[in-house]
Amino acid sequence: MNVMLFHLMPYADLDLEEADKYPHSWVTLPNRLYDPKKGHALYNRYLDEMEYAEEIGFDGVCVNEHHQTCYGMMPSPIVTASALARRTSRAKIAILGSALPLRAHPLTIAEEHAMIDNITGGRLISGFVRGIGCEYHAWGVNPTYSLARFNEAHDLIVRAWTEPGPFEFHGRHFHFEYVNVWPRPYQQPHPPVWIPSQGSRETIEFASHPSRKYTYLQTFSPIKAVAKQLQSYRDTAKRYGYTSTPAQLGWATPLYVGDTDESALAECAEHYENFRNRYLGKMPMEMLMPPGYTSRESAKAIVAAKSVAHEKAETARSNELGMMTCGSAKTVTERLIGYMKEIGFGNLLVMLQFGTLPANLTRRNMERFAEDVMPKLKQAAKELYGEAATS
Amino acid sequence: MSFNQETCEVRGCRITLKRGGAGPRLLYLHGANGAASVRPFMQELAQAFEVLVPEHPGFGGSDEPDWLDNIHDLAYFYLDFLEQLDLKDVLVVGASIGGWVALEVAVRDTSRIRALTAVGPLGIYVPGLKRGDLFLWTPEEKVRNLFYDQKIADQMLAQPATPEQVETEVKNLYTLARLAWEPRMFDPHLAKWLHRIQVPAQIIWGEHDKVLPAGYAAEFKKLIPQARVDIVERCGHVPHTERPQEFARLVREFAAKN
Repeated sequence: MNVMLFHLMPYADLDLEEADKYPHSWVTLPNRLYDPKKGHALYNRYLDEMEYAEEIGFDGVCVNEHHQTCYGMMPSPIVTASALARRTSRAKIAILGSALPLRAHPLTIAEEHAMIDNITGGRLISGFVRGIGCEYHAWGVNPTYSLARFNEAHDLIVRAWTEPGPFEFHGRHFHFEYVNVWPRPYQQPHPPVWIPSQGSRETIEFASHPSRKYTYLQTFSPIKAVAKQLQSYRDTAKRYGYTSTPAQLGWATPLYVGDTDESALAECAEHYENFRNRYLGKMPMEMLMPPGYTSRESAKAIVAAKSVAHEKAETARSNELGMMTCGSAKTVTERLIGYMKEIGFGNLLVMLQFGTLPANLTRRNMERFAEDVMPKLKQAAKELYGEAATS
Repeated sequence: MSFNQETCEVRGCRITLKRGGAGPRLLYLHGANGAASVRPFMQELAQAFEVLVPEHPGFGGSDEPDWLDNIHDLAYFYLDFLEQLDLKDVLVVGASIGGWVALEVAVRDTSRIRALTAVGPLGIYVPGLKRGDLFLWTPEEKVRNLFYDQKIADQMLAQPATPEQVETEVKNLYTLARLAWEPRMFDPHLAKWLHRIQVPAQIIWGEHDKVLPAGYAAEFKKLIPQARVDIVERCGHVPHTERPQEFARLVREFAAKN
């Protein structure tokens, strides 16, 4: 069982009252609400938290990419991963992921990931995503080409990592006379690739394909949806003619461990609700699903439902749904082992800082999780999957 | 005035084509909302012209060809279309994105075009003139922001969309994004070549256009100096829909002089 710390690096010092005057937390929230002095302190606090994760026994740390939002201060996960590369020595560094369609020049991703893989001596886990719909407003890239650009950039990057250069590449979106990436990746044939997703048929088929067998991560979903999507991966692998392993399946979730169930909920509720409702949730459908980002069938369903992107979340209810997990170490351990037995994931990505959760609570959450939950979870995984199944 | 609808195939791409009326030929190039049905302004125009209304490739009942990547592809398609139907001395009228297509056609070749009317055309960018972002508008805003007279918007919003209308709406929106997402609603190279349009031209603009402000009319006038500019008062982005009679009168008046 791989247990990783997932960090979004939110702008936790957001003036909430001021931000509430604006309709969106993405794309158009004025950047005058960002104070660089506070940002400086937050960046360093968050990097400290990720370095501390290695110290207290996490297998790795995960960073990701979002643009023009208080939700995360990581427009470039490359920068975060690079800052961590020389300050850690054992932990995996997972970039979950780089948004391939947003890059005008996808070979930069092949180069940057390969550099980090070389510097860390093979501790990089590469992740590839399309970015959420908002990214296409923030970045200008045409969403109707999102999937095509993802596929083409992916093929180019993997070929650049594995085929002898120089070679020519002329696709529909990207054109190169000389593909000849220096450095080559440290890990051979290339770093492991993880695919985070909210769950779509196409993504699961892509990730589970026998030529790839990429680890699929279900992110921030009710536990029922996690079970369904990971089962769908297993079923798809079967149809492809092989049995997938727990190492190919992962789940990313916010989590909070307190002394008791009651104190856990009391301590984290406000911060979790800020995360869901103020940082993530202020995003209309037009931002989340720009034309062409999804299949036309999904777009029609959205038009018909006239739905909003997110309903207001309430922590106790989210905890019940397994959107997040909070409670005493005993409660959290039992629930996670239960989920693991039911769902069979070999990678658990816990987000132990979310929204406005301050430094002291984040540290205590990390320590309680690392001391009182993680060892039991790993022991249970060993019994369930066998020693080598997930590493 | 009745319209007939036929399917027309141009180099393997099938599109719908409505025809109605009699008189000089008028080719109407529709805007982002398509031309799925015969609308009152088409009836008005058909009293003075033989009106041809194709649905662009990628819109409504027309094919979605693989080659459709940008506005230039659509311009070349319509040059093929004019040749295939052997249309000559045509009055081309284009609204919004259709106006942009008409301009892209005309900078390339006006040999079959007698005169050109562009109604609130997209296609150029002028710093400082605030444009709307219809990709961020809610479904309600997308209707309301088209009209000056909100009673028209109220009526449209009160009618629930049929599944066929939703289908068309989503298809049209996807094609619009394909053609106009980036650069947003314009072609950085178009302004360089608008002087090549030497035929008589007319720019019609709604005074209260929220998609592209009416200030754009004067900018087009600088680039196409012979153009006649008509500003329609108390009107939004779609004068042909909001003020069909006045719109048709302006087109007839322009056509009569040219």
